[in-house]
Amino acid sequence: MTLDLSLLPDGGTRWLDASGEHSNVVLSTRIRLARNVEGFAFTGKARDGERLRVLAKVRDVVQHVPSLTNAVLLRVDEMPPGDRLLLHERHLVSKELAGLDTQHPVRSGAAVILSDQVGVMVNEEDHLRLQALRSGFELASAHAAVRRLDEELGGRVPFSYHQEFGFLTACPTNTGTGMRASVLIHLPGLVLTKEIGKVLAGLQQMGLTYRGLYGEGSEVVGNFFQISNQTTLGQAEEELLDKLVRVVRHVIEREEEARRVLLREAGYIIEDKLWRAFGTLRYARSLTFDEAMNYLSGVRLAVGLKLIHGLSVYTLNKLLIFSQSAHLAYSEGRALTESEANLVRARYVRQALASEAGSQG
Amino acid sequence: MLCDSCKERDAVVHLTQIVESAVTQLHLCEKCAAEKGVETTASTSAGPLAGLLQSAQQQMLGGQGDAARCAFCSSTLRDFRASGRLGCAHCYGAFEISLRELLRRVHGNSRHAGRRYEPPRAELLERDSTLGELRDRLRRAIESEQFELAADLRDRIRVLE
Repeated sequence: MTLDLSLLPDGGTRWLDASGEHSNVVLSTRIRLARNVEGFAFTGKARDGERLRVLAKVRDVVQHVPSLTNAVLLRVDEMPPGDRLLLHERHLVSKELAGLDTQHPVRSGAAVILSDQVGVMVNEEDHLRLQALRSGFELASAHAAVRRLDEELGGRVPFSYHQEFGFLTACPTNTGTGMRASVLIHLPGLVLTKEIGKVLAGLQQMGLTYRGLYGEGSEVVGNFFQISNQTTLGQAEEELLDKLVRVVRHVIEREEEARRVLLREAGYIIEDKLWRAFGTLRYARSLTFDEAMNYLSGVRLAVGLKLIHGLSVYTLNKLLIFSQSAHLAYSEGRALTESEANLVRARYVRQALASEAGSQG
Repeated sequence: MLCDSCKERDAVVHLTQIVESAVTQLHLCEKCAAEKGVETTASTSAGPLAGLLQSAQQQMLGGQGDAARCAFCSSTLRDFRASGRLGCAHCYGAFEISLRELLRRVHGNSRHAGRRYEPPRAELLERDSTLGELRDRLRRAIESEQFELAADLRDRIRVLE
């Protein structure tokens, strides 16, 4: 491990601090804008030298971009796989940029620029992926930040833009605004009441889509869903965001209603299930990642229902991120086998719960 | 009928496009047709309209077949169909007709309605690239302990900044 995470503003974990709106249900909000630099083939087609020139061009102007004052630039292409996985687990770089996808090994010129409010992935599927990540349900502030970055950077680097089609991207599903706004939301109530299917089908009718915890191509774990806009062309950014805000508010209401129904109609069954989840996390000696995610989902629900006291949403958020394998290896300072990681994970979760929630019930 | 491209003026040029077995109709006003290189003076006079349109149609068919190639990055429409990713920004011009159709299917619309963008002025870009180059040279001068050159380069950077 060579990466020093303390160099990152807030260690790159500010988005976990549960400070945003509806933070018990909504873990985080992310908006990204896909942009390409005029005069170069897109990343997938570009030669190594071209990608390095794109990176150099961006690096040359960073100091003139106020949104990136004090930002850190990390060369993802020069990192060992463990460090790349660590950044991905922290939701700071995509699987593609980190080269973790077998179809897309890490590319020369792959880098990420991180400030405390916004970041830029360089040489992802598009040359630039501008992004803002926020704790809780914070689309408006995330959009304001990423839009400012877009204007500042686009005033220094020429972006590929077409009068009719808008911002040009490698994949036509991003053409136009290049904007993907997503909200990472915890919906155990809707899953337990089996209402989730209807809600997800409704999203698609509204031109929205959902993915798992890590975005595109990832599975749903721990009842976390990423809801985002499906289309990027033909509507202004504000219209796309308004629709997402309205739908997510509605989904939050449905989730709260589902929780009330659960307590009313299956009170002791739910209570028993959630306390068992807490008991397992509090005392287990070995936990796989999926087990930890599922039990943490139960404990998060129990905190939301005020069955468990003293446990902060911030701690629950940190547990989601820090119990992943690259994070455990980082904290232990060495590579771990899967069974070692399960032991370390169980110890880490036990200690975190003991210090905040103690023995209760 | 309104023009498919600008959606403002009446369509006067009607083209049929056949890619593989899919047949699509393109209806354009005179202005947009002219922008796309379709000769339309004949449409207002009694000239050999049929012949001109036929050649324009063939041109478009030829241009948008799977072998159509982007002059900038040399990707073909076939490459795009295989990978789902375009090679560069110029592909949007090279495969414009096919892409407009695809964008409509994917997004329900092909006309950008979001933030408008003006690229930075050429002088600013030139200054930034000169600055980038000077900084590179400064780095190299310091590494090779050419301090007089480094001082000179630093002055030039200050002036530009």
